[in-house]
Amino acid sequence: MMSTQKQADPAAKASLFILQDDIHEPLHDRFLWATMKRRDAEAAAVPEWEELREIASKIKEHTLTHLDRYLEEFECNATKRGAHIHWARDAAEHNEIVHSILQRHGVGELIKSKSMLQEECAMTPFLHNRGINVIESDLGERIQQLDGQPPSHIVFPSIHKTRQDVAHLFARTIGTDPDNDDPHFLTEAMRNNARPRFLTAGAGMTGGNFAIAETGTFVVCTNEGNADIGAAVPPVHIASIGIEKLIPRVEDMGVFLRLLARSAEGAPLTQYSSHFTGPRKGGELHIVLVDNGRSRRLGMPEFWHSLKCIRCGACMNTCPVYRRSGGLAYGATYSGPIGVILDPTFDEFKYSELPFHSSLCGSCSQVCPVKIDIDDQILKWRRVMAKKGYLPIAKRLSFAIAGHVFGHPEEYHVVEKVAGPAMDYAPHFLLYNRSLNPWGRDRELPRLAQQTFREWYLANRREASVQD
Amino acid sequence: MSKTSREQILADIRSNLPEQRVEHPQIPVFQCPASNLKSVFEEHLVKAGGAAHDIKSSAEAEAKLASLHPAVRVVCSAVPEIRGTRRAEAVGDPHELADVDVGVVRAQFGVAESGAVWLTQEDLVVDGLGFLSQHLVVLLDPDQIVADMHEAYRRVHLDQTAYGCFMMGPSATADVEATLVHGAQGARSLNIFFLTGNGAA
Repeated sequence: MMSTQKQADPAAKASLFILQDDIHEPLHDRFLWATMKRRDAEAAAVPEWEELREIASKIKEHTLTHLDRYLEEFECNATKRGAHIHWARDAAEHNEIVHSILQRHGVGELIKSKSMLQEECAMTPFLHNRGINVIESDLGERIQQLDGQPPSHIVFPSIHKTRQDVAHLFARTIGTDPDNDDPHFLTEAMRNNARPRFLTAGAGMTGGNFAIAETGTFVVCTNEGNADIGAAVPPVHIASIGIEKLIPRVEDMGVFLRLLARSAEGAPLTQYSSHFTGPRKGGELHIVLVDNGRSRRLGMPEFWHSLKCIRCGACMNTCPVYRRSGGLAYGATYSGPIGVILDPTFDEFKYSELPFHSSLCGSCSQVCPVKIDIDDQILKWRRVMAKKGYLPIAKRLSFAIAGHVFGHPEEYHVVEKVAGPAMDYAPHFLLYNRSLNPWGRDRELPRLAQQTFREWYLANRREASVQD
Repeated sequence: MSKTSREQILADIRSNLPEQRVEHPQIPVFQCPASNLKSVFEEHLVKAGGAAHDIKSSAEAEAKLASLHPAVRVVCSAVPEIRGTRRAEAVGDPHELADVDVGVVRAQFGVAESGAVWLTQEDLVVDGLGFLSQHLVVLLDPDQIVADMHEAYRRVHLDQTAYGCFMMGPSATADVEATLVHGAQGARSLNIFFLTGNGAA
């Protein structure tokens, strides 16, 4: 796709994150790594974990290869239960549909829970420009909204901020004590700030984690219960759901819910897994089914598997590049490894840099609960970008190395096999002191010049043969 | 407008469907290690920030609620075992629940592997009761605990309720420095009362 957008430069933005001080980046890294360890422990405690991943992957592949049928079935069953179904080809149409529903009900303020799709559609600025106040109710999303920033992580939107950052932000925006940075105090302050808004909002909006064709149900998973308040209190509930969120049957949900929160945060479930089948008693329910490039992605033989994603964020938490750079560096709705393979489907030029900001260590594919071949797709996107002549800024210096791997796919697969186990066993400092991180250019520069991806690769291959 | 978008999206999907059609996999019945479902449930409930209490009678339930929440004004109950200060059936609009200190409901069943309980619109009477209440007390028949989510989904009837929720402990967030805090937007606390239902299945 042609783009009028400026090319995103994640390397430069990552440098800003890393260099701002000695606090943010190490803390960010530590939080996400701790989440990853919890995920590993939960996964290990489920004997059939690998089997569940395989089944989940197959269910998603089955659904996607019969997607037209399941969408029609979902529409039919949800309509029978009294939901209004809308279809949006793109972000603009999604926003228009939402706006027209709100207008019809004379809604001046709505309260919403977290929805990456609504982020993708840039819905909030669209509605703001039309005089509708949109309030985020997820704490992390609200923090980001008050700070004028997009979420930096699909599950933990403000994970790149310290408690002092939040204390100062709240002091500035909702009038709390700037010196009180206790997370309990800050959470309580936002609870008290949000509560009246839930009660006065004319509409509540949510996303949808899953949509079940068999019953016309959609499922929303949160920890705060904010989606449930938004759905249960205001008279109108609007849900934005990507067409790839379909699954065939109620029975399938057992597989996905066992995987989702364990992968996302290392808990057996989120605190609330809510199932909406038609409007609640006395309420009105609108479901907007959104394509926005998804049907086109389905036709990309090398990339359609990315549609299996259930947005758990495990690939981000495990990614050595993401953990150090922060999510905002990607300059896109979706960050981390999954972002690297999703974002270019929206705008190849704008996001042409992203596939090069990966170590190809393969850890993302190993933790993905629906077994998306993320690292393989990253490599394929590099090939697409190279073919299009979008030569990335950072790799102009080391392109010979990338070219070497392109030219020797069999070696790439060795890397893939080796890097996964290496991630499991290598001590943290070892991973970091190797030049996995292409964004180290402002930091550890002398060492970076000494050590290339190829050296890392050779070193790891040696380690692996020792292990073998 | 909407009609044409619908047709367009479905047509785009059909023309882009991958050539290889994948079969739906069989979901096997996973063998759960034989264990005391109640104690496994309780262990996970506590991890999720909840607590459980063995209760023998309606009177004991009333007393327990009073000791857990001594200074509350509004107790809105949807169950016959606890009278409360307001009956859920009398609530016309969810906004009337804004002042509820403690909501009391009965869950249909619990799930051992997570400590979650299944609550539907019918159990809550008004959905908002589960979320606007500052604290929740959930009655659960200890014999109504299933091992895992596969079994749980065999027991739910999504075609018969507009709203159903697996609720695992109280509201939580870790959005400030990954520090776990309970009571983000929904209930601040969740206490399960193990109490056999009055002839309920």
